[in-house]
Amino acid sequence: MEQAVEARPKFGGRIKFIVGGLLIVVAIAYLIISSTKANAQYFFTIDELISRGKSMVGQNVRISGAVIGDSIQYNPQALSLNFTIANVPADNKQIEAQGGLAAVLHDAVTDPSRTRMQVVYLGPKPDLLRDEAQAIMTGHIGENNIFYADELLLKCPTKYEEAVPSQVAP
Amino acid sequence: MLANLGYGTLIITFLVSIYGAVAAYIGARKNQPSWVDSARNAMLLTFPLLTITALSIIYLLISGHYEVQYVTEVSSSSMPIYLRVTALWGGQAGSLIFWSWLMSAFASAVTLRKWDRDREFLPWVILISLVTLAFFLILSIFVENPFVSFWQSATGNITTAMFQPAGTTLYLPQDGNGLNPLLRHPGMIFHPPMLYLGFVSFVIPYAFAMAALITGRTDDRWIRITRRWTLVAWLFLSLGLLLGGRWAYDVLGWGGYWGWDPVEIAAFMPWLTGTAFLHSVIIQEKRGMLKQWNMLLIILTYDLVIFGTFLTRSGVLSSVHAFAQSAIGPLFFAFIGLTFVASLSLLSRRWNDLKSGVQMTSWFSREALFLLNNLLFVGIFVVCFWGVIFPVISEALGIVGQKMPALAGVFTGQKVTVGPPYYERATGPLFAGLLLLMGIAPLSAWNYSTRKTLGNAIWKPSVASLVVVAVLWITGTRSWPALVGFGLCALVTFVTLYEFWRAAWARHKTHEENLLQALWNLAGKNRRRYGGYIIHLGVVLMALGIIGIELFQTETQGTIPQGGHISLGQYTVQFDSLSVFDTADGRNVARAVVSVYKNGKYVGELHPRRDYYYESQQPMTIAGVRSNMEDDLYVILVDWQPLSTTGATFKIYHNPLVNWLWLGGFVFILGTLVAAWPDKEPEMVVLRKAVPATINPRLDHVD
Repeated sequence: MEQAVEARPKFGGRIKFIVGGLLIVVAIAYLIISSTKANAQYFFTIDELISRGKSMVGQNVRISGAVIGDSIQYNPQALSLNFTIANVPADNKQIEAQGGLAAVLHDAVTDPSRTRMQVVYLGPKPDLLRDEAQAIMTGHIGENNIFYADELLLKCPTKYEEAVPSQVAP
Repeated sequence: MLANLGYGTLIITFLVSIYGAVAAYIGARKNQPSWVDSARNAMLLTFPLLTITALSIIYLLISGHYEVQYVTEVSSSSMPIYLRVTALWGGQAGSLIFWSWLMSAFASAVTLRKWDRDREFLPWVILISLVTLAFFLILSIFVENPFVSFWQSATGNITTAMFQPAGTTLYLPQDGNGLNPLLRHPGMIFHPPMLYLGFVSFVIPYAFAMAALITGRTDDRWIRITRRWTLVAWLFLSLGLLLGGRWAYDVLGWGGYWGWDPVEIAAFMPWLTGTAFLHSVIIQEKRGMLKQWNMLLIILTYDLVIFGTFLTRSGVLSSVHAFAQSAIGPLFFAFIGLTFVASLSLLSRRWNDLKSGVQMTSWFSREALFLLNNLLFVGIFVVCFWGVIFPVISEALGIVGQKMPALAGVFTGQKVTVGPPYYERATGPLFAGLLLLMGIAPLSAWNYSTRKTLGNAIWKPSVASLVVVAVLWITGTRSWPALVGFGLCALVTFVTLYEFWRAAWARHKTHEENLLQALWNLAGKNRRRYGGYIIHLGVVLMALGIIGIELFQTETQGTIPQGGHISLGQYTVQFDSLSVFDTADGRNVARAVVSVYKNGKYVGELHPRRDYYYESQQPMTIAGVRSNMEDDLYVILVDWQPLSTTGATFKIYHNPLVNWLWLGGFVFILGTLVAAWPDKEPEMVVLRKAVPATINPRLDHVD
């Protein structure tokens, strides 16, 4: 009954919906692709960033490294924070193979032959910034090979969900 | 030992689930009701069994059995009892049990409903619920067992195992690590259960959809049965998301509520497809269209629920939420892949049965606008999904970028990621489009609507909202996204209130009721529609808050001596004093007292503080917030020098309108409750459908 009323065999009855739908799909695809291009952030290890040399200067990138505790300098008046990070692998499998994130960070900090990089960050000192924490930062590298971080995220893998409670760790 | 009891019942539950699934299958295939009844009993048995398992964990947590690894990880003796109970979902192993427990509760509730008219669905609904449950039980039994204990060998090495390894003795730590202090917040206590309730209740409509596909009874019966389940699922998911946002705002101390973190997105994605589903089933009910699309949406929502549970729990993506890391990823992906492929092949088998003879006639009809709404929701979902998987795809498909230079910025072959700006930019226009539809759709008619009829209905509210925009422009608002956003909010508000008014007025005329009575009866007669409108008003209020904080948030930071000031806009914050002390429950608290002045006038005192938890060595920042409907002043104590006069460092955020977000959340939930509230005559709708409309036309205006 209903169908009889609606089956208007007018030319373009279906076409206009297909065209309209496609237009919307294209618009969404455009939004996604253009936003991706505009906001994609390259994720590098310190070694990769340095090996790319001057071409990366000023580019917005994301890097991670192990925080060296002794290097942390904080000036509360100027809210400026300086510290040094050591290269750690970014590949999860590699990290697992080397005994987990905590072990990898520990090795990175104690091994003087690792590539190191100085970091400057303007802002308050995060609570989790300490020796052998993993710093994940976005920012850019300067001509002087100093990394200027805009955003600083820290992970301390030893804190939670560890296999053995800290008071019995060897 | 209680851990053994809990583990034992876990294994029994697993066996019962497998048995029930097999019995349901036999019963359905051989058409033997006794097998189906047996499957039903198995389904009902899982709930008391899992209750024993969950209670054993809770008992272990409360009584401080630290020899159990999970208890050590998430609890400690200084934690109050209620936190030790809620520690059940404080870690991965416990939350998986909690998930299964809720799942069995919901599936049992469904099993208990009256099945007289839908006998053929029953075995399949049981089968699908039990298979889902069995999958989570496998995870708990073999991978994330919450009952694993510590064992110490003669040489002092400590290992973890379920059963005593040879030559070891039970090792009992003095105390546990304690629940992560960030999680000790009311929002965080209720946020995971709400999310999980939302997750598990979406399994029910999925189970019915699959039952409909398998049995070939592909009319809209399954949609009518599950309509309320879907709303309840959606209610819990919405509540979970809201509570999570509030938690982030109160606890994480970044002055925001939503960070486009993969874990947040994981919970948001099933909400998006679920919202699309809620809208599009209405078209199927009213017009018999979009049957295949609805099936696709519910399949997608189900697998996103599993994916969401996986993301929130596996720590697979780097995230502030990643409190847990584990190896359950491959199992999850196998299960998601399997169910997705199986569901799609079922759907393709019935594809032709689901074809609808009805066609859309006009872009201005309500069904077309609903379809647009669906495209936008799914569009936002695709944006989110792409953002989450982009790092993996982009690196793996670098070859595409090499072959097609236009896409080199997308398929990079490098480790790449996208952050909040990507999501904001890509979803902003889509959310605006949804607001626009919310303003237009209520004025359109089913089937017939032309540019003219719609234009006649909409020009007045459009002009009124343009007036609002003009007033905002004159009073100094210059941000065009804000003007567009506020304009759309005004449009939706005018249209929705007008809809209420128009219907109440008509009823007032015809039924001799006063306006309030008319409004009340109206909403009672068509709860889904008017509940939906209330939800829309809630969304508008939330949009005001979101526009306020996203576009007008300002911040400053500085180190000031005692008596010094920092200014931010109209506000001045004066640092009065700071005290540092220890508390009985193992915290070291640094608490600052600051005075707040607005335009030079004293308006109150705030106490931003920093708690340091000795046992978990974790600090927690608690902002001092002066909150009202106009704005929030959000003061964070960042650092201090206790023994010198140099003072303390503060970070201050000014968040305009943010409270409208929470108010809107309340209205939103209220609307959902109205829409989901049980009818007085639940079979009324069914009756109408069963009896041809010509015989009993009087019932036709009930819905």
